[in-house]
Amino acid sequence: MNTLDSGQHLVRGATPVQAGRFPRLLPERFGGEPASLEEHVTRYGQLPRGWDGRWREQLIAEVGRAGLTGRGGAGFPTARKLAAVAAGRDAPVVVANGTEGEPASAKDKVLLACAPHLVLDGAVLAADMLGARQAIVVVHDAVREVVDSAAAERRRARLDRVKVKVMTGADRFVGGEASALVNWVAHGIPLPTATPPRVSECGLLSRPTLVQNVETLAHLALIARWGARWFRSLGTTAEPGSMLVTVIGAVRQPGVREIEIGTPVNEVLGLAGGPAAPLGALLIGGYFGTWADPAVAGPLPFSAEGLSAVGGSPGAGLVAALPADVCGLAETARVARYLADESAGQCGPCVFGLGSIAGALADLAAARRYEPGRLRRWMAQTEGRGACHHPDGAVRMVRSALAVFGAEIDRHAQGWCCGRRPPGVLPVPLRRSP
Amino acid sequence: MTTGPRLRVNPIACDGRGLCAEVLPEMITLDDWGFPIICDAEVPPGLLDEAAEAVRLCPRLALRLDHGARAPAAPQPRGADQGQDHRLCPAAVPPDGMRSRYLRR
Repeated sequence: MNTLDSGQHLVRGATPVQAGRFPRLLPERFGGEPASLEEHVTRYGQLPRGWDGRWREQLIAEVGRAGLTGRGGAGFPTARKLAAVAAGRDAPVVVANGTEGEPASAKDKVLLACAPHLVLDGAVLAADMLGARQAIVVVHDAVREVVDSAAAERRRARLDRVKVKVMTGADRFVGGEASALVNWVAHGIPLPTATPPRVSECGLLSRPTLVQNVETLAHLALIARWGARWFRSLGTTAEPGSMLVTVIGAVRQPGVREIEIGTPVNEVLGLAGGPAAPLGALLIGGYFGTWADPAVAGPLPFSAEGLSAVGGSPGAGLVAALPADVCGLAETARVARYLADESAGQCGPCVFGLGSIAGALADLAAARRYEPGRLRRWMAQTEGRGACHHPDGAVRMVRSALAVFGAEIDRHAQGWCCGRRPPGVLPVPLRRSP
Repeated sequence: MTTGPRLRVNPIACDGRGLCAEVLPEMITLDDWGFPIICDAEVPPGLLDEAAEAVRLCPRLALRLDHGARAPAAPQPRGADQGQDHRLCPAAVPPDGMRSRYLRR
């Protein structure tokens, strides 16, 4: 079972029966049990193993050639992060990030629920590549049991050299931020710290720490099997591969889909059954994402390059379709209030700035009052002034709302609103006691 | 590549006491909530004493002077609709004779 043979080249492997088939990460049929270890190995084959320096370097180089980027939202090149962690002096630690604190997103939970072994493969592989002895997999509470039993299955089969530890993440929006996640694992306190140092230099136990989204690790496990060329056979030249998206709102079959990067936004909506009502706007990327006009964004490719035309990016892969009879300003105000409440409460500009912005938006949504100059000043004074990027992301989302819902702002100034239904397309959990 | 010294604030440690803006108004202003907005430019030689004083006086030890060891962070991309009426960075070089009140005393 355990193929610890250092000479085995990562790309050679057995010719994959499934290689290149789409979907890559999700099961071909939905609604089943999570893939067992046996089913997993039948579908994907054994994970290539190695331990010597040459193998590690080759694999990092292969990931670089594949052009894999982080799927957690920031889109950082994975090979560069791996190299940064590998360059540290101490033995590194690997943390798989499946916390998915974003309430509207479900792709990490669905991936873990369907293919837990693929994620564990990636986490173990990353640990092998970096010479780490431990891989900590932090997951959302909803999928904890699935991941626990998958990890137990691997232990029984004596599959992995590294120790795999499964943890439940903090159910907070900031809980997925890399330094907050490290603090959660180490101390049980999900608070971000000031950078530098980055966690890749000094993270868990002051060791270089690789914090990687679970979807990224799943892609990593496939690149190790089938190589960069296979990975690049989907997607665009600049952004190869596939990605998971969560489509919610006014679509017929909301849910998680796997898409080729660069698929037009309209086709992404089509995969979710197409619009269930006339659409007023799309929120793309996540709660740190960008509001866009569906007529403008619809034909654009779902990629960083394509979405930059509307100032957006794929982010964490959210597409939320807002029907035309729900007021976008009211939705934005709700999300802004949620993000303000979810501030870790450490940095003054984030606490007071986001709070003030959320208040101003609530006034605007209720057509009470609107002072554009003051709101713009607050956004400028909030952006870029926290220890993490929480305030920046929130301000980006609000700024795009003010641009896209300009006509609605005018209407609100005259005491009217397009909303015929109360807002609530974007899920906003009740505030937990701090 | 070496650059001149720059002021940096740790936003987690900062409590918005505002002493820094009193000592060095040429480079530090306060936002609407009393937290310091630090000018990202190099501290000009004529203001180094005041900058050091601001760092020394911070009761939260949140302000520091980075002595050009690393290249400065790339500037944040700004939205199109900001930056006309409210400059985040006050004039870095004070006019002749205009020194901080605190040090003149």
